[in-house]
Amino acid sequence: MSYHSLSDASAALRDGSVTSRELTDAALDRASKTEAELHAYLTLDHDGARQSADAADAAFAAGRDSGPFQGIPVAIKDNLVTRGIETTAASQILAGYIPPYDGTAVARLKAQGAVITGKTNLDEFAMGSSTENSAFGPTRNPWNTNRVPGGSSGGSAVAVAAGSALVGLGSDTGGSIRQPAALCGVVGMKPTYGLVSRYGLIAFASSLDQIGPITRTVEDSVAALETLAGHDPLDATSYRGDVPDFRVGFDDGVAGLTIGVVRQLSGEGFEAGVEAAFRRTVDLLSEAGARVVEVSLPSLDVSLSAYYLIAPAECSANLARFDGVRYGLRHDGPTVEEMMTATRADGFGPEVIRRILLGTYALSAGYYDAFYGQAQKVRTKVIQDFEAAYEQADVLVSPTAPTTAFEVGSKTQEPLSMYLSDICTIPSNLAGDPAISVPVGLDDAGLPIGFQVMAPALGEAVMFRVARAVERAVAFEQRPPMLEVWS
Amino acid sequence: MPIDIDIAHVARLARLGLSDEELSGYQAQLGVILDHAARVQEFDTEGVEPTAHPLSMVNAFRPDEVRPSLDRREVLEQSPAHEDGYFRVPPHLETQ
Amino acid sequence: MNWEPVIGIEVHVELKTASKMFCGCRVDFGSEPNTNVCPVCLALPGALPVPNEQAIEWIVQIGLALNCTISPQSLFHRKNYFYADLPKNYQISQFDIPVCSGGFLDVVLDGETVRVAINRVHQEEDTGKSIHVGGGGRIHSAEATLLDFNRAGVPLVEVVTEPDIHSPAQARAYAQQLRSVIETLGVSDAKLEEGSMRFDANVSIRPQGDQELGAKVEVKNMNSFRSLERALAYEIVRQTELREDGQRIPQETRHWDEEAGITQGMRSKEGSSDYRYFPEPDLVPIVVSDEQRERIRSTLPELPHERRARYVDFGLDSHAAWVLVSGEDGLAGLFEDAVGLGADPKQVAKWLTGETTAYLRREDATIESRALTAAHLVEMTGMLAAGKLSASAAKEVLTGVLDGEGSPGEVATARDLIQMSDGAAIEVEVDAVLDSNPDALEKIRSGDMKPFGFLVGQVMRATSGKADPKVVNEILRNRASQ
Repeated sequence: MSYHSLSDASAALRDGSVTSRELTDAALDRASKTEAELHAYLTLDHDGARQSADAADAAFAAGRDSGPFQGIPVAIKDNLVTRGIETTAASQILAGYIPPYDGTAVARLKAQGAVITGKTNLDEFAMGSSTENSAFGPTRNPWNTNRVPGGSSGGSAVAVAAGSALVGLGSDTGGSIRQPAALCGVVGMKPTYGLVSRYGLIAFASSLDQIGPITRTVEDSVAALETLAGHDPLDATSYRGDVPDFRVGFDDGVAGLTIGVVRQLSGEGFEAGVEAAFRRTVDLLSEAGARVVEVSLPSLDVSLSAYYLIAPAECSANLARFDGVRYGLRHDGPTVEEMMTATRADGFGPEVIRRILLGTYALSAGYYDAFYGQAQKVRTKVIQDFEAAYEQADVLVSPTAPTTAFEVGSKTQEPLSMYLSDICTIPSNLAGDPAISVPVGLDDAGLPIGFQVMAPALGEAVMFRVARAVERAVAFEQRPPMLEVWS
Repeated sequence: MPIDIDIAHVARLARLGLSDEELSGYQAQLGVILDHAARVQEFDTEGVEPTAHPLSMVNAFRPDEVRPSLDRREVLEQSPAHEDGYFRVPPHLETQ
Repeated sequence: MNWEPVIGIEVHVELKTASKMFCGCRVDFGSEPNTNVCPVCLALPGALPVPNEQAIEWIVQIGLALNCTISPQSLFHRKNYFYADLPKNYQISQFDIPVCSGGFLDVVLDGETVRVAINRVHQEEDTGKSIHVGGGGRIHSAEATLLDFNRAGVPLVEVVTEPDIHSPAQARAYAQQLRSVIETLGVSDAKLEEGSMRFDANVSIRPQGDQELGAKVEVKNMNSFRSLERALAYEIVRQTELREDGQRIPQETRHWDEEAGITQGMRSKEGSSDYRYFPEPDLVPIVVSDEQRERIRSTLPELPHERRARYVDFGLDSHAAWVLVSGEDGLAGLFEDAVGLGADPKQVAKWLTGETTAYLRREDATIESRALTAAHLVEMTGMLAAGKLSASAAKEVLTGVLDGEGSPGEVATARDLIQMSDGAAIEVEVDAVLDSNPDALEKIRSGDMKPFGFLVGQVMRATSGKADPKVVNEILRNRASQ
């Protein structure tokens, strides 16, 4: 029962074949059986979830219908603030912190009557690609618990893959929704920058961060985005135009569309199994009537370098507020300066400290132009390259990640190698464009492979249309084999 | 070539109280990362304007209207120390 | 050697918007600590700033009033520094493209006009307030700092001059006249004592004639126009003595100690500051279109320099015009109302800038707290013109009116100050004096004017000083020529 899609569950709730309480109990029950091994959640809110489920069932009984999320168990990444529920961003510096407000994305879900199962694990402050950088221990991949789930939204991806939630909310700064979705065999999408309010998302890199859904199907991704998207007066970077219709041509297939294969996202560093699954999928799209062309993003290589200057620079300022003065951890000292210095050194983990130092350096006097300033110019080039590519193709496609899930601990000592694994996902964040990862198969080791579809800003409809065609063509319906053991 | 940075100065700017051992560890790691990041300097950006933001929006304002503030009790409850409605911290260096 | 002081002034003005710069919390300085706070101004995790449109409108007004260029597009930047009263540990401010740049303010000092160049006017946000407590022998309470964030995020406008000011008196005049502009615009309480207007000054000295600037010293904590002038005067002497003594002047920040009357070096926070400015990614650019700028320009009230010019057109000298516009609050309003009721502008200006101003300074009072009205001024200047009051009696009458004793007529009557200006009555008195002094009259008639003054004095004595001396003179001359 806990392995419904959102749309199935939504229909079942409305025809009375299932109650929200049953869906919620099933999700919590799955969590109780899997959490010891997977550790997808930092906080499970059993009582709150059951209360919300009962409220949703009462609403259905009274004939009230507030939208597709009414009664649906949703897991929230723990860098999204939730009123009254501990929110830590997987950092010691926020251990025990109870926010006095809900972020806008969470508020929109709640307004529809969603059931919040709990807060999911992540790399501390969303900095990482494996969910190993959590101050409260790593999350494991349900397909193979020796493997990482990807990150930073690893907890939400695992909750959805394992069935302890129907939908997960994540945040994506350089691939943090798409890459864990790919590594866990689920659908993850990053919307156009500004489409979903960032109010209540604990900022990592403000000009790159976007909130998005992790779901089991592309259809669910559309429904989630429809709920999340829209102007928010509390976010000055929130898109003010009308939200486009994401369903235009949704089931029309790819006939007549031009699919651009990004030349630079293959070859060295890409696993054979990943490349094979990617090629097979492109062929399926071609067979389905798409015109396939090769496109080039010449700045792609250097975009990674730009990202690893821009994101740390912004994070160095965004994380300055964690100082032991108003909330969270305090390590006392004789002066306020010493208190702050000790608190921050104690409260942040090594990856966060590394990035704060990197960003502080990149912004400091004498280095700004050479590093941050230059990175912003590269960002302009990335945008121009995408614009040129979209003159040749309706969407661009690539593997979501160069490899399938790697072993826990295998990259933690080499930050640079971990950074380089984000090459496929980072460009869309720099450009502010939407992108989605759809599972397209397993490698020889039985680990999922993701296929990424990128589209121009506000081009979600064509992105979903292609993603839907991929989903149909590959018919990936496999579930982590361990689910049988855990059920 | 790893880039050599004044890690102690950077840590001071960022208010991170790290031991000498930690500092030298970060210095080595950052040197390697920055060497890679320095590739942005090789890229020809002649005549290219910087992009600070993916949006081309301007003028996102709010009207000058008062909205409810938070309940002070709820705010101070989350603080490490408070006194008489104030947040309490150790004294500033200059006031010592 | 002659040393020339070079002074630049930074003024912070708190705008009196209803809500804060980036959130909806109330701007109110009398509230209980930490009651006007929210996720945004407390920098809680996840909160985002959204700029107050009114503040932007007002900074454009300020820029236009100071003859600045309004940037078609300007940016917010983050200014990074750690301080416990700065919740985000960065301040949202502006850096390379402020809303307003390159203006000037013409400052009148001792009847001369000095043009002070304005480098920029930019928008930023205020910090919270900290209070130091404990220590000092109190055993039960350890030394600590208490923080109140009600002020955090209040809109601040910073007005920065070029190093264009060359004396403490000029600095004071600039500060006062800038405040007068801000008050006229009505965008701030502009109260120095409450901190809604605050000054910092950069001071250096250089040998007269040199073009290069010396090492600049930033002076802070001047809470009145007087302390600004005193602090600068002190600092110039201090620097001059050091230089004459062959010593270098270190670049530093110094604190003005009002009681001791000296500036003192502050212990530096973290060596040289490195604010790591970068564009604020949570905000988008501010665009002021030509139409918007011109609309705002067209709604500007009459500015102090414009008002001064109009007063000069009334026939006032520029000093009197300046005192009315930039002196005590409320004088200009009284002046305009009295002139509107038909009073002679020069006469009204004379009594307002002279005796009234002296009275207010002496009594440390405001014009609003006193009973003087425009109608009183019309009445009093009318009595003067009609000869019913002597100039010295008028001073007394004005004081009485200011003290609340009634209208000028009532005060003059009560204090028996009405002058005899009725020609016939005075003629009787003059003739009586002449009858008793025939010799004196004879001398005058023969061309010896010596006894003339004596005769005037006799008439004044006979009338207990109430006869209008002008009329007495006139009648005496008439009699002498008969």
